[in-house]
Amino acid sequence: MTTTTNLTDDELSGPETPDARIRTLRHRRVSGWTRTQTIVRGVVLGLGAVVFLFPFYYMVVGALQKSPDPTIAGAFPNPANLTFDNFVNVNERINLVSGLVNSGIFTGGVLLCTVVFGVLVGYALAMMKWRGARATFALALLVQVIPFQLLQIPLYVLIARDYGLADTHIGMILPFAINSTAVIIFRQYFLQLPKELFEAARIDGAGEIRLLWSIALPLVRPALVTAVLLTFIGPWNEFLWPFLITKDAALQPLAVSLANYISTVAASTDNPFGAILAGATVLAAPVVVLFIVFQRYFVSNDLGSGVKG
Amino acid sequence: MTTVVKTPRAPAPASGGAGAPGPRAKRSLLRRILGRQPLGLLFSSPYLVFVLAVFAFPIVYSVWISFHDFFFAAPGANPARPFVGFDNYIAAFSDPQVIRSFGNVGIFLLINVPLTVVLSLLLASALNRVVHARTFLRVSYYVPYVTASVAVVAVWLFLFNGNGLVNTVLGPLAPDPSWLINDKLAMPVIAIYVTWKQLGFYILLYLAALQNLPKELYESAATDGAGAIRRFFSVTVPGVRPATLLVLLVSTVTGANLFTEPYLLTGGGGPNGASATPVLLMYQLGIQQGQPDVASAIGVVLVIGVLIIAFLQNRFVGERES
Repeated sequence: MTTTTNLTDDELSGPETPDARIRTLRHRRVSGWTRTQTIVRGVVLGLGAVVFLFPFYYMVVGALQKSPDPTIAGAFPNPANLTFDNFVNVNERINLVSGLVNSGIFTGGVLLCTVVFGVLVGYALAMMKWRGARATFALALLVQVIPFQLLQIPLYVLIARDYGLADTHIGMILPFAINSTAVIIFRQYFLQLPKELFEAARIDGAGEIRLLWSIALPLVRPALVTAVLLTFIGPWNEFLWPFLITKDAALQPLAVSLANYISTVAASTDNPFGAILAGATVLAAPVVVLFIVFQRYFVSNDLGSGVKG
Repeated sequence: MTTVVKTPRAPAPASGGAGAPGPRAKRSLLRRILGRQPLGLLFSSPYLVFVLAVFAFPIVYSVWISFHDFFFAAPGANPARPFVGFDNYIAAFSDPQVIRSFGNVGIFLLINVPLTVVLSLLLASALNRVVHARTFLRVSYYVPYVTASVAVVAVWLFLFNGNGLVNTVLGPLAPDPSWLINDKLAMPVIAIYVTWKQLGFYILLYLAALQNLPKELYESAATDGAGAIRRFFSVTVPGVRPATLLVLLVSTVTGANLFTEPYLLTGGGGPNGASATPVLLMYQLGIQQGQPDVASAIGVVLVIGVLIIAFLQNRFVGERES
C-alpha cells in the first residue's frame, strides 16, 4: 500500500547477517506505515507521557511552594518563590527520618529473605531433581494470584493476636518475606545456564552450595538486580498490611504515617497540600530514582516470564 | 516449561551431599521417596514453610473463621468459638452497605478492566514500533506503577479537590459537587486513577507478548494490502491473546482488592459509602469493629466472585486449543 520509507520502523531488529539485512530492507518497503501514521503515533505517545509524568512534576512543584496554588499559573511557579518549608512542616508532624528508616527496615528485611531463600528455591527448582519440584513451582505461580487482601483477617489474627507480633518489624516483614515473582525469575535465569558446567563441577566433587555460590550466582547477576528491584517496590509501597499491624507511630513505615497524616489532617488544616505533597515527594523519590537508574533491568521479557512462568 | 524435571540426566555419582550418607539400601529408599537430589527439598523448605504459613494456612483459617462465632481474644486465651453455619454470611449480606460495596466494585471493574486492556494494548503496540526516545517513553509509562499509591494519591487529591487544578481548568464545566465528594463520580474517578496507576505494568506484559509476534505476519499482511488498522485487528489482537487473558485476570484480581484508593482518595469510601469496597468494609467491620467472622464471610464471597469472573474470562478469551 505504501512505499514511503519509514526509518523508525525496524532499525530495532539490528540486522547482523546479510540475510537479515535483505529481509529488513524488504520489510521496510512493505511495512505499510505512512509518515502521517508515524507522526500520529509520536503525538499519542508524547501526550501519553505528559499525562503520566505531569502528576509527578506537579507533586514536586506543589511541595516546593509555600502554599500550593491550584490555578494554572500555580503549575509553573516563579523559581524564586520555591522553598523547602513544607518539608520542615511535614517533618514536624510525621518524622520523615523515622518513617524512612522503618520503610528501609521493612524493605531490607524482605529483600534479604527473598534473595537468600528465593535464590535457594530458584536454584533447586531449576537445577536439581527432587520429588515435589513441579508442585513447588506450581505453588509459586498460584501464590501470585492469591489476593493478599483476602488474607488480611486471618493473618491479622495470627500475627497480631496469636503470635503477639503487632508493632514489630518482624510482624511487618513476615507475610512478604519471600517474593514469589522473584523466585520464578531466579528459576528462569538458572534454567538458562549451561547444564554441562554444573555436571563438570559436580564430577569434580563440588557441593551444591558451592556450585550455587561460585558458579550459578555470579552468572545470574542481572536476574538479581531485576528481582531486587521488583521486590523493593512491594514493601516500600505497601500500605494495608503495615497499616493494620503498626499502631505505634515510631514503628510506622513512611507510607503508613503519610497516609495517616492525609486522612486525619487533610480535613482539619486549611491548606494541607504543601506538607502532604512534600511527604509524598519523600516517599516517592527513592523508588523513582532507583527505577530510573536501573530501568534497563526492568525489561519486559524478564517480568513477563516472571508473571507468566 | 518444566523441562528440568523431564530431561533424564546421567546419574551424578559424587553429587555433593545429596542425601544423608548411610547404607546403600537406605539411601536408595530415601531417593525413591524424595527424588534424585533430596537436597533440593532442603533448599526449598524455607519457601515451602513460608507459603504454608502465610498463604495456605490463612486461607483455610479464613474459611473456618467465617463459619464460626469468632472474636479477638488476648494471646494465649482459648475461648469457645462455636460453629454458627451461615450466620456470618447472613449478617454480612443483610447489611445494605455490604451489598452496595459489591455493586461499587462492579462499577469499578466495568470501567477499569476494559479501559486497561484497550489503553495498554494501544500504547504497547505504539511503543513497540518507536525508536526515538524509547527509554524516556518506557520510563514515563512505568513511573506511576513503581510509585507508592499513597504518594500518588496525594497529588490526585490536590488535582481533583473542589478548587483543584482540574476544576480550575474546567471552569464552569466542573461537576458539582466536586469529583471525589460526588456519589456518581467518586467510583469512576477511582477507576480512572487505578487504570492510570497500573497501566505501566500491563504495557510491560503486552510489550513482552508483542516482541514474540513474528514480523513475517505483519509483512505478509502488508503485502496483501492490509492497512495499519486492519493489521492491528487481524494480526496484533489475536496474536497477543494469552497476554490479554493475563491482563484481564490480573486487573480483575487487583480491582477486586481495592483498598488504599477509596480509603485515602474518598476519605474511607465516601460520600455515604458510594466508593466503599468489600475490602474496605472487611477492614472496617473486621478490625475496627471487631467482627472478623463477618469480615471473613465477605472475603470468602469476594474470592468466589473473582474466581467466577476469572473462569468466565478464561473460557471466553483463553486459548481454546489448550
